[in-house]
Amino acid sequence: MKHDMVTITIDGRKTSVPVGTTILAAAQQMGIHIPVLCHHPKLTVTGACRVCIVEIGGQPVTSCTAVAEEGMEVTTASPYIEGLRRDIVDLILSDHPYDCMVCERAGDCELQELAYKYSIRQPVFQGERRIYTKRDGNPFIERDMEKCILCGRCVKVCDEVQGVGAIDYAYKGFETKICPPFERDLDCEFCGQCIAVCPTGALVSKPSLGKGRKRNVNTVETVCPYCGCGCNITYDVVKNEVIRARSRQDTINEGWLCVKGKFGFSFINSPDRLTTPLIRKDGKLVPAGWDEALDLIGERLRKIRAADGPDAIAGLSSARCTNEENYLFQKLMRAGVGTNNVDHCARY
Amino acid sequence: MANDSIEIKVCLGTSGSAAGGEEVLRLFKHHVQEQGVEARVGRRCSPSKVGCRGFCSKDVLVDVILDGSKTTYQLVTPNMVERIVLEHVIDGKPIAEWTVKEEYASFHAKQHKIVLGPCGEIDPESIDDYIAMRGYRAARKAITQMKPEEVIGQVITSGLRGRGGSGFGTGEKWRVCRGAPGDVKYAVCNIGEVNRPLAEGNPHAIIEGLLVGGYAIGAAKGFLYIRERYHRSVERLSIALEQARERGFVGRNIFGTGFDFEMEFSFGTEAFICGEETALMESIEGKRAMPRVRPPFPAYAGLWGRPTVINNAETFSNIPLIIGMGGEWFSKIGTATSKGTKVFTLSGKVRNNGLVEIPMGMPFREIVYGIGGGIEGDKTLKGIQVGGPSGGIIPTSMLDMGLDYEHLARVGSIVGSGGMVVFDEDDCIVNVAKFYLEFLQRESCGKCVPCRIGTKRMSELLTKITEGKGEENDLRTMERLAGVMATTSLCGLGRTAPNPFLTSFNHFRDEYLAHIREKKCPAGVCTALITFSVLAEKCKACGLCKRACPAGAITGAPKQPHVIDPEKCVKCGACYRACKFKAIKKA
Amino acid sequence: MAEIENNDVLFVIGSNTKENHPIIAQRMIKAVRRGATLIIADPRRVPLVRHAGIWMQHRPGTDVALLNGMMHVILAEGLTDRAFIDERTEGFDEAFRKTVEEYTPEAASKITGVPKEKIIAAARAYGKGKRAGIYYTMGITQHSHGTDNVYAIANLALMTGNLGKESAGVNPLRGQNNVQGSSDMGCAPNVYPGYQRVTVPMVKERFEELWGVKLADRDGLMANEMLDGALAGKVKALYIMGENPVLSDPDTGHTTKALKALDFLIVQDIFLTETAELAHVVLPGTSFAEKVGTFTNTERRVQRVRRVVDAPGQARKDSLIIMEISLRLGYEMHYHHTEEIFHEIGRAWPAMAGMSYSRIDEEGGLQWPCPTPDHPGTQFLFKGGFPRGKARFTNVKYRPPVEVPDEEYPFVLTTGRLLFQYHTGGMTRREKAIEAVAGRPYVEINRQDAKALGVASGDKVKVTSRRGSITIPVHASLRPDRGVVFIPFHYREAAANVLTSSTAVDPICKIPELKVATVRVEKS
Repeated sequence: MKHDMVTITIDGRKTSVPVGTTILAAAQQMGIHIPVLCHHPKLTVTGACRVCIVEIGGQPVTSCTAVAEEGMEVTTASPYIEGLRRDIVDLILSDHPYDCMVCERAGDCELQELAYKYSIRQPVFQGERRIYTKRDGNPFIERDMEKCILCGRCVKVCDEVQGVGAIDYAYKGFETKICPPFERDLDCEFCGQCIAVCPTGALVSKPSLGKGRKRNVNTVETVCPYCGCGCNITYDVVKNEVIRARSRQDTINEGWLCVKGKFGFSFINSPDRLTTPLIRKDGKLVPAGWDEALDLIGERLRKIRAADGPDAIAGLSSARCTNEENYLFQKLMRAGVGTNNVDHCARY
Repeated sequence: MANDSIEIKVCLGTSGSAAGGEEVLRLFKHHVQEQGVEARVGRRCSPSKVGCRGFCSKDVLVDVILDGSKTTYQLVTPNMVERIVLEHVIDGKPIAEWTVKEEYASFHAKQHKIVLGPCGEIDPESIDDYIAMRGYRAARKAITQMKPEEVIGQVITSGLRGRGGSGFGTGEKWRVCRGAPGDVKYAVCNIGEVNRPLAEGNPHAIIEGLLVGGYAIGAAKGFLYIRERYHRSVERLSIALEQARERGFVGRNIFGTGFDFEMEFSFGTEAFICGEETALMESIEGKRAMPRVRPPFPAYAGLWGRPTVINNAETFSNIPLIIGMGGEWFSKIGTATSKGTKVFTLSGKVRNNGLVEIPMGMPFREIVYGIGGGIEGDKTLKGIQVGGPSGGIIPTSMLDMGLDYEHLARVGSIVGSGGMVVFDEDDCIVNVAKFYLEFLQRESCGKCVPCRIGTKRMSELLTKITEGKGEENDLRTMERLAGVMATTSLCGLGRTAPNPFLTSFNHFRDEYLAHIREKKCPAGVCTALITFSVLAEKCKACGLCKRACPAGAITGAPKQPHVIDPEKCVKCGACYRACKFKAIKKA
Repeated sequence: MAEIENNDVLFVIGSNTKENHPIIAQRMIKAVRRGATLIIADPRRVPLVRHAGIWMQHRPGTDVALLNGMMHVILAEGLTDRAFIDERTEGFDEAFRKTVEEYTPEAASKITGVPKEKIIAAARAYGKGKRAGIYYTMGITQHSHGTDNVYAIANLALMTGNLGKESAGVNPLRGQNNVQGSSDMGCAPNVYPGYQRVTVPMVKERFEELWGVKLADRDGLMANEMLDGALAGKVKALYIMGENPVLSDPDTGHTTKALKALDFLIVQDIFLTETAELAHVVLPGTSFAEKVGTFTNTERRVQRVRRVVDAPGQARKDSLIIMEISLRLGYEMHYHHTEEIFHEIGRAWPAMAGMSYSRIDEEGGLQWPCPTPDHPGTQFLFKGGFPRGKARFTNVKYRPPVEVPDEEYPFVLTTGRLLFQYHTGGMTRREKAIEAVAGRPYVEINRQDAKALGVASGDKVKVTSRRGSITIPVHASLRPDRGVVFIPFHYREAAANVLTSSTAVDPICKIPELKVATVRVEKS
């Protein structure tokens, strides 16, 4: 056996994992599901929600924080542990609005899933619920702090991944909440990373509000149209309209986007889009049919080529078009027109 | 010669100052000078401040030491000063009616003051006073003559355990930290609320202890973590640190050994959670005080990820004694597993409120009746809350139990940082539990679910019971909740938060049931459950109650027994207190 | 990109990474969290400076002096990688060293305005790095001596052996999603797809064979030359696909005049841009969301673009439009589906021959070179050696920018992008939410300069260069140093490129000096 590996037993099955592996990670590798709410694979350990508890040597321990030690015996789902988990979820629900029917994240909510799993219709523990008014004026991120379960993912992603630190915990005890300094309106890079990691409907995209929930959308994977990072984007589409941008964690951008990628997609469905060819007639651009426009182009270019040679024609291609289009464009100029007068905007 | 001079020591601890000690000291200095005392008696006389000596209910306390005999005056006010100077200091005749009474002696007799010893004796702002009583000798001995391992060995031998919370072996903690890999290590002293008398009365002991601790674990930097609000503690510690630095006890090349150790303050705000060492570290690092997950433990990865030892000021104050007198000596105090002494703030319904230091293992009976002088008004003792808000309540039936880590753990309480509140028959146990849970709820850092929401739900249920709306099912719900909180909370605060409920429910089940089944508060505290009525046979129709009632609920003609209208009564108790004939019944 | 996390030193020069490449900036921040040293050289206090260990605020256009100054320290302190220099480079000769020796930290400090202690500290940090990466963008290239800047960067990397290995190297970050791809595809006047020179007869013959037609044998015109050609009457027709030179190119007045001089201007775009407004024929193309194909990102990773929605109205796929035009010019291109084009690219350029859509799908993108179907793609270049055999040191000296501040134009203007906006704004300026937070142009001026001018944030000023002037609100800030102003170029209502020069260009690449122009700022 290698020195940098330890062998542990989870639910009666032995496994070897590298030193330093958490019980949660080891279980996940074995395909054993342990519920989590605050844990996020791309962020450092928090240990706040406590629902990932397991039994090690008879003691309840959070599996996201417990590191595997040689010979450990772990039980992930005894009646005792499931009972504790149920009660923790119960406590969270006792301070959560019961408005799944109108929540943006219904069907895509990690808390809802746990409530379903433990079949909690009414919490055993009941009492006061935090009531906040939504009043953040920023145009991107809707912050419904009543739905916040204080898992801390947004705080961590903002600090650890985005390097901004726009939000943090404030106040103490039951009144604890996550907010920008002095509860001012959010004023940040609006990358939306916090939305991406939020397990509930506490943080959602304002431009997407009311446009469609998880089960009603089609999703398409593509690449962001903005800078050269080449981030992978998953668009949610409803009736030929892009309503939301997300990204998967297993992509080169690890699931993160920036404000443009996350929120800058409505231009696709903009009413300003050109929908028909335009031809300048009497100094004005007027709509025309495709055949008319293409024939005119063919005629004029042929004439110019005939009169002044192919080098009197030039083409500028686009860094926003695909490889295939760029290839065709230069092929058109070189093979179709017969000139090397082709360039693109790499210099600007 | 020292014993030739006249010493006047004015208590300027927190309580002494609050009682007007500063003015008393100023007047002593003023009168000593104005009367030309030194010239008239031919001896030096400089009134000085001393730290708290514990008997705070009688402040301002003033010692006058003349010809080797010490007279202590209690409840000294500014207008008493001149007469003490004239009659006692100059004429040598103590003023008998102002001196402390017998309870002052009994208060101190049962105590074992090793940590608090110098408090109230020396001037906390004078390093020479401290050095005169063997100060910094332990540090010199440790650093110049002992290897760090030997220092740790002595601390292990002493059996000293952390005085802050869970009572982990101090020497063991140091040993682990010393062995942890890393060049940079830190030693941190947490100066909590209960440590303020130490910081104000004998700050150098804390600095010396931290210095030795730093040497033992191999740290070059120590932090004094303290709430900025504790102005007097901060001021005296700052003076002490400056003096220590001037003498070369802190800084570079200490005692010429090449050992460097810097100390600096780290200021926190008021937060109970900062007693939790990982939350405290977050605070020092400038972050919000929220506990970290463990492992890694601070001894491996603490401040900025470096191996760190955190002890509180009382623990560190014991270190110079252990090194100076030997671990063996220390281990003889206390019980088999709990060594040394423990400082407590004794408060509540005892006669002698104050700061006490008792040897580990002392029975509660002796603390309450011996040192504390029994219950005020000779009422019946109900219980003792030990270990601060998240401790537990010790019932009367366990009075003969000794105070040590093991016994307290067995009854669901903790030594904690050293709070001890005595309750009597007039205190409602449900209300007491509610009070502590509400405190803990407010002080929860909000990070983990069982603590943040659990404390809220538990205090809501306790409130419900005190309001007479409790159901028996609520008790089962609370027990279930307590189980979740105690087993799944992230840190000690959450795990011990159900203690006030659990211990009180355990020992005072009947009182809970009385609230729920009979809708009565036996102690007569829960206003929703009590009624005030006039005992006609005792009523003299004096009208005092009628005048005291703010709600106009009392009516009665002259010479006729008065009557309280329960509809109008707001249950404030004003009539009950106003009546001179015990004619108002509270039930 | 994952490599960035493993850098132990990151040297970011002329790149506002946090705003322009936010996702790459995340990786940099992650590296810093892991203990890496971040060195930034930028005339402005860009947001990433918050995470930097060393920030050198050099005057715009003094990059060569700064880099040579750093090399001086590295040379003097023996932080060079001798083995690497001996085995894999040439040109590390007397003349080169002599040039570097001239740039003492004191001398470099005088030119750049950076304290010499910082130059020394940066040089030491970079020189001692084991996996040191350099990252740059247009802040390096958009200068009249942009090529020199790039050479200087290459010299620095070569000198310390930081090329051709993991988590190191010289990394130009691409500003637009498929700049890499359009370059790769040969949208340049001197090269066919895959950077194959049009003037090399063997290459030309191969492409003539592939495309079945005779091809021109000399280099064509670069973009700026096309405009000059239009003014000179040599270029009669211009076909612009998906570009908006009126806003993006320097000297808007010049650009507009040139476009108007054309006999025939075709603009194919998704919006009626400022450029399209000048066209004779405007063709409605499709956005990235309405077509399939591939994009190549800044790390040469070819990734799939998929159809998300249907195109609006009669808008047509750009590839179909090109085919239609080609047909009308008598050259028929016919493809059944887009992947056929992709396969042809593989035949035109061996570096992509091993790729297919299904492989890209399965493997999450492929980095070229990927010559065969079993080749895994290439994470970083020059591992086994450099294409020209040995890498060459290039002796470069500091040359001042074309325009230097004088009494009439005392401020240095530098232009760039913002986090919230993109390029000429065709897309982002239609986003209501984005416009709500970044919908107004502004000129960023040092607070003290603003005070001296008697203006405060929000006040309007007139900014004038030798080419024109715009009126624009002030944003007084501590970001730029005194004497430097910054204007984002996204806004048509106060277009920064009205002020920039189209004649100050790099002699080799013809990249205009967008990062340095001198201007006058007046209260308006």
